[in-house]
Amino acid sequence: MGKTLAEKVWDSHVVHRAAGEPDLLYIDLHLVHEVTSPQAFEGLRLSGRPVRRPDLTIATEDHNIPTTGVNEPITDLVSRTQIETVRRNCEEFGVTLYPMGNAEQGIVHVIGPQLGLTQPGMTVVCGDSHTSTHGAFGALAFGIGTSQVEHVFATQTLPMAPFKTMAVTVEGTLPDGVSAKDVILAVIAQIGTGGGQGYVIEYRGEAFEAMSMEARMTVCNMSIEAGARAGMIAPDETTFGYLKGRPHAPQGADWDVALAAWRELRTDADATFDKEVRLDASTLEPFVTWGTNPGQGAALGSRVPDPESIADPGERAAVEKSLKYMGLTGGTRLRDIAVDTVFVGSCTNGRIEDLRTAAAVLAGRKVADGVRMLVVPGSMQVKEQAELEGLDHAFTDAGAEWRSAGCSMCLAMNPDKLAPGERSASTSNRNFEGRQGPGGRTHLVSPAVAAATAVSGHLAAPADLKGV
Amino acid sequence: MEKFTVHTGRAVPLRRTNVDTDQIIPAEYLKRVSRTGFEDGLFAAWRRNEPDFVLNQPEYTGATVLVAGHDFGTGSSREHAVWALQDYGFRSVIAPRFGDIFRGNSLKGGLLTVQLAEDVVESLWKAIEADPRTGVTIDLEQRVVSAPGINAPFELDDYTRWRLLEGLDDIGLTLRHEAEISEFEKTRPRWLPTTA
Repeated sequence: MGKTLAEKVWDSHVVHRAAGEPDLLYIDLHLVHEVTSPQAFEGLRLSGRPVRRPDLTIATEDHNIPTTGVNEPITDLVSRTQIETVRRNCEEFGVTLYPMGNAEQGIVHVIGPQLGLTQPGMTVVCGDSHTSTHGAFGALAFGIGTSQVEHVFATQTLPMAPFKTMAVTVEGTLPDGVSAKDVILAVIAQIGTGGGQGYVIEYRGEAFEAMSMEARMTVCNMSIEAGARAGMIAPDETTFGYLKGRPHAPQGADWDVALAAWRELRTDADATFDKEVRLDASTLEPFVTWGTNPGQGAALGSRVPDPESIADPGERAAVEKSLKYMGLTGGTRLRDIAVDTVFVGSCTNGRIEDLRTAAAVLAGRKVADGVRMLVVPGSMQVKEQAELEGLDHAFTDAGAEWRSAGCSMCLAMNPDKLAPGERSASTSNRNFEGRQGPGGRTHLVSPAVAAATAVSGHLAAPADLKGV
Repeated sequence: MEKFTVHTGRAVPLRRTNVDTDQIIPAEYLKRVSRTGFEDGLFAAWRRNEPDFVLNQPEYTGATVLVAGHDFGTGSSREHAVWALQDYGFRSVIAPRFGDIFRGNSLKGGLLTVQLAEDVVESLWKAIEADPRTGVTIDLEQRVVSAPGINAPFELDDYTRWRLLEGLDDIGLTLRHEAEISEFEKTRPRWLPTTA
């Protein structure tokens, strides 16, 4: 019987296999950041172990750093200590680090692909759940905990429990105004936050084949929000075109050899998946969340669900709790929800195409009175490119703030936070209670919906706006 | 890692589903570079803002087993969630389903996460709520959870069970295969990227 893409990548990385033991997998690329690495480095020191392959390891500063004054010392002393710790650790263990202010610095999942370090068929790990992003290249990429970070440092391998395979197939063409973010939010709403538990998802079908690499990264990024270990898309000409010429992509004769290998990375025709989910692209609409987990979403044209209409008592209680936290009443039209803050950025939607989309909506328009809009590029390279294209002016002319690269308000570890009770439309990936600041309320949206919402002051799509 | 064989303790009924790791420990507490002392961050927002939150109830002080709703530990990969639960005093968490990364982290670190069916979790909640002094036993040797009137076998693969029973260090186990790792490295295609 044939193999799926995920099985092919897995099997080509098995270092040790024995009955009754998890497979020991080789790791091709280990991405590191300041928050989940200090205790792992400390573990190495305590046991006298080196980083086995610093040349397969790369670090950046992204989670806790400020997005203003990036060439000045961090004022938050706890954050500063964590940054100083990652710098000291990387120096001691010989790991390349892109520090705050560096031209290559950025969110770990933005810089890996940008540098050409993420390539088809590789195994990629990082102490961050959104490592699934790299699956857009046909890599097997998963988030790990700090114990596993230490394990990869010491051995460049990980023992991994077997996984199940799921195909998420979206055939047809997406309607105008419907983006990768809308697709993945709709997928998560369908399979639920735990529906992917234990699975590696492969996204298949015309809708994904038609997407750019950046859009595919948005899709794979949120695989974890469906509970999946990883998400993947088979590499194709779009993938190869993105990679060619990147700093760490194969060069010269190596490129041809690599390309031949990459072309084999497809699920065999006779392979089977443990589970299959299908959606019709033509039926999808801009999609937003109303609740406190990413599965609690609905089409923008619909309403907040009414708990009374939910039969299952456990489910009803969960929805009631979400709506109470969100300050929403069942039956409210989603378009009637007013926001205080709009955030464009994160490893989900902080790449150049996302910024172009948001800037195009804002061109000639103004952010609504009383609304704060924050635009945070995913990397300093994205920032530079955006400024070359004049996107920064589109944002600042409209009244938005233009920042330096980092995770920022996606998880509010830096000064970019919601105040208690404040409501945001956010292009990030999690609408958990307090995620963007204690008491903050988050609606997950696409970059286009974020920009249109900033202009109108309540959840909106660009098509809702008056012409300029 | 501390060995886990059989543990009996009082339990906390956490009647909530989709408890993500941001709730278990908010991001603010993740700036620390230490490995211990995360108990103050455990469910920090709920403990602070909800007087009737279960961990604010004195009858559950000193409990060592947490019984939660489905999809406990979804979201962020932060292992601090496991550390916070352990630092607070929990040895085991029981739920119908866990987030994958959280589950992996917990079993690496010796916090035994046990998957039991929804109806068994409901029975445990009822038993604990009826009498908070109820002891819940997690027997890893027999792979059984028991409490008065409840005897529920659970599944855990043999390898993980053995590692927990022996309290073994994963890295040490892997380094037994050092020669195989070196052999594998010789077969990697030369065009694969390096970060240097």
